[in-house]
Amino acid sequence: MSVQTLIDNFVKENEADLTALPDYSGKDFSSDQDVRWCPGCGDYTILKQVQNAMPELGIAKKDIVFISGIGCSSRFPYYMDTFGMHSIHGRAPAIATGLKTSRPDLTVWIITGDGDSLSIGANHFAQLLRRNVNVNLLLFNNEIYGLTKGQYSPASPKGMVTKSTPYGSIDNPFNPLALSLGADGSFVARAMDRDPKHLKEMILRSHKHQGTSMLEIYQNCIVFNDGAFELFTDKKTRPQEAIYLEHGEPLVFGKEKDRGVRLDGLKPEVVTLGDDFSKDDLWVHDEQDSTKAHLLSKFFEHPANGEGVQFPRPFGVLYAIDRPCYDEGVVAQVQHAKETQGEANLDALIQGNETWVVK
Amino acid sequence: MSTKDQVHEDVTIRFAGDSGDGMQLTGSLFTNTTALLGNDLRTLPEFPAEIRAPQGTVPGVSSFQLQFGSRKILTPGDECDALVVMNSAALKANLSLLKKGGTIIANTAGFDKKNLNLAKYPEGVNPLEDGSLDDYELIEIDVNKMVKEAIGDMGLGYKDEDRTKNMFVLGLLYWMYSRPLDSTIDFLNLKFGKKKPEIADANIRVLKAGYYYGETAEIFSSRSQITVEQADLEPGTYRNITGNEALVLGLVAAARKANMPMFLGTYPITPASDVLHGLAQHKKFGITTFQAEDEIAACSSAIGASFGGSIGVTSSSGPGIALKGEAIGLAVMLELPLVVLNIQRAGPSTGMPTKTEQADLMQAVYGRNGESPLLIVAPSSPADCFEMAFEAVRISLEHMTPVIFLSDGYIANGSEPWKFPKESELANINVEFEKPRHAEEDEPFMPYRRDDRLVRKWAIPGTEGIEHRVGGLEKEDVTGNVSYDPDNHQKMTNIRRDKRDLVANNIPEQNIDQGNETGDVLILGWGGTYGSIKTVVHQLRREGMDISHAHLRYINPFPKNLEKLLKGFNQVIVPEINDGQLVRLIRSEFLIPAMPINKVKGRPFGVSELKQEILDLVGEETATKS
Repeated sequence: MSVQTLIDNFVKENEADLTALPDYSGKDFSSDQDVRWCPGCGDYTILKQVQNAMPELGIAKKDIVFISGIGCSSRFPYYMDTFGMHSIHGRAPAIATGLKTSRPDLTVWIITGDGDSLSIGANHFAQLLRRNVNVNLLLFNNEIYGLTKGQYSPASPKGMVTKSTPYGSIDNPFNPLALSLGADGSFVARAMDRDPKHLKEMILRSHKHQGTSMLEIYQNCIVFNDGAFELFTDKKTRPQEAIYLEHGEPLVFGKEKDRGVRLDGLKPEVVTLGDDFSKDDLWVHDEQDSTKAHLLSKFFEHPANGEGVQFPRPFGVLYAIDRPCYDEGVVAQVQHAKETQGEANLDALIQGNETWVVK
Repeated sequence: MSTKDQVHEDVTIRFAGDSGDGMQLTGSLFTNTTALLGNDLRTLPEFPAEIRAPQGTVPGVSSFQLQFGSRKILTPGDECDALVVMNSAALKANLSLLKKGGTIIANTAGFDKKNLNLAKYPEGVNPLEDGSLDDYELIEIDVNKMVKEAIGDMGLGYKDEDRTKNMFVLGLLYWMYSRPLDSTIDFLNLKFGKKKPEIADANIRVLKAGYYYGETAEIFSSRSQITVEQADLEPGTYRNITGNEALVLGLVAAARKANMPMFLGTYPITPASDVLHGLAQHKKFGITTFQAEDEIAACSSAIGASFGGSIGVTSSSGPGIALKGEAIGLAVMLELPLVVLNIQRAGPSTGMPTKTEQADLMQAVYGRNGESPLLIVAPSSPADCFEMAFEAVRISLEHMTPVIFLSDGYIANGSEPWKFPKESELANINVEFEKPRHAEEDEPFMPYRRDDRLVRKWAIPGTEGIEHRVGGLEKEDVTGNVSYDPDNHQKMTNIRRDKRDLVANNIPEQNIDQGNETGDVLILGWGGTYGSIKTVVHQLRREGMDISHAHLRYINPFPKNLEKLLKGFNQVIVPEINDGQLVRLIRSEFLIPAMPINKVKGRPFGVSELKQEILDLVGEETATKS
């Protein structure tokens, strides 16, 4: 007899009838709490797009959990009408790991920021990606500490003047996507608050991926770091500065779609399409190619061709592969033990191998 | 055969050798054989924190002491009757623990020039030869040579041969104390029989060689074998068990009786790692173990599992508990069950990882930011870890509150005979999750609505209609919404305190372990000091003193009747392996002049030293009064 616990029974009894899910709208995922971010904060769009994406997951509300750490973005779960936990600074990945491993039936989302995940919680962030726990992580990156009122973060660029760096930051920032790939993340993507349509698409892709989905979202902090991502979010500069990745498509960007990225061996270069280069010469995006994903992640403050030309910043899915999820492995081991090791006989366990009788 | 058997009521022996000499295994095997014979016993394993400290040196010495007897045995013994030393460093480190007139069994191969130098004996000095051991009975044996003679023909390598040395002294001690070899032979066959039958065979041959050496050697011919009769234990079926083993079994049993999955999130640390090793084997009981990246993640993952409806457990020792502090505070705020196991060791900081101490009590009571009340239980002996682990799970689940379980290195690694319970004798732990709700028919769910014990409902994800958010920000009463309201914070702080205090209705009242319910002197102990205190109080009562002993196993909240009980005595004395922690709680809580007896040497109280300290304190008191 295998051990059937309260949770096994609970999950069975409460299994959602997916064919009869209510016809959710985004509003159904909005809690009764007043949203308390600063007016104009990028978090509002992200909240809206997450709420809009939820009905499309095909998951019952009761089976969705949002877990956050500490920071402005981490207030997020209070505004979602799902299960949620606003936890402690940096530890949401660890809490989510415990939850998902013990309750694989749940759909678990981690909400975190650049301070939460790249500084105090960087260890847990990296370990989550390494283990590939089947959860989705939305990293709201605004390159600043907002809730503590404006100190530089581990994502702030060098030289940035903030309250804690009046003479400019001398800290070399993390490159979140390179860090994620370095930690062997199985899904690494980037979106921005000012492109809600693409953002929602990325949220849905994150959900579909089996394993840890790491979606970095550029998010504008209107009070302490306004315009940090303007180059990419402003419609005027975006075509030159941002490149949207599509699996199987060449890397083309520019207002007139006249520029592209080609590979000279393992060296990427920006080229102008025309007489010298055609689309056929360009690098074709392959989400499953980890070498190329690493190269793309390095399109991050590196001048192209040594001429002061920036590579365009990539948005979309840099990398997505299937590899075993930690939580599935844990569940399989427990299941295997239950099925193959015979009856879980507590009396035999307590008794041990050697006993004696006192009369 | 020996001339004439001597019968002893109790015997204390100590095996000491290099870390690589297998003294811990030797001690455990002797313990098992002795337990199976029906003696009562207590053990004290002592080993260095280093895995292989420099060979032959004093810091590299590993020892195992046990006291066994035909009477009730509650401590591993103060001084030993017999000391086995495998090398000169072992003698140097342990001689002070041997009784005058006691027996030294010395492996002379460990007293060559090299070993004497490593042990830092002065040039030219060999304690076996210079008469410094004249006060003891010295038995010198070249164990290395004996082993060579016993199994030299088997063609094993030097290393494999050398590793059987401990079996020779074990065999010899079995002869000296009239113990059978079968349990050890069974063990060796089980351990090596299948994969390396020649190793099993070699060990068994050496074990027997040791035994027969005792029987036939001339130095023993005039010596009698010692017999220790069966102890007069309560009738029943027994096994031998260490504290950490009992703790693991208690957790598994509690999960079974609650019919719940258990999730251990942990990070390796001495002396708590055996809890992970133990639980990791019991997956078929629905137990998941997660070796996290650090102590914080370990505790956080257990909170995540608890939020999802599992029994969340995290284990560590003092340094790790310090790191978990913020997460434990979160569990207090979330009002979720969480079992935190602290196998205490000597601190502060890294301290002495393999040495025992009880100095994390204040950390358990107060060691978090804010007013953060939780529950504390403390086992009093190795076997008691079973019951208290079960209790920790029970009260955590029933009261939706974190519990800290305070064991210590002495209890965790020490062992004793245990009259174990049957599953059917254990009470069920009843857990009910909040039920699904439907918007049209039911009231909206209020996550922080409470019952009359101030306990909120366990509302787990996957339940329709009760979607809700929890978090570390202060909660509004009833709704659980974020609240900065001054009156609400006061109210919630009071509620969390009162909720803790109300647990006193759900734990046993404090009993007097020995002595009268009121009287002159009360010794109040907690945790691993139980055996020493009990032994001393027993002696003092026989000598006519009006003295009683009470031992706290529930520390936060205190049992309801504790105040009344304490106030029934003229003098309350609190012995602890720390610098005075429970005594401060008792003084501040009950405004009584309780007196401390403290020691922090990484070892439990010796019976004679504790007795003397008590006599001194009682004497002072009497002197002041007259």
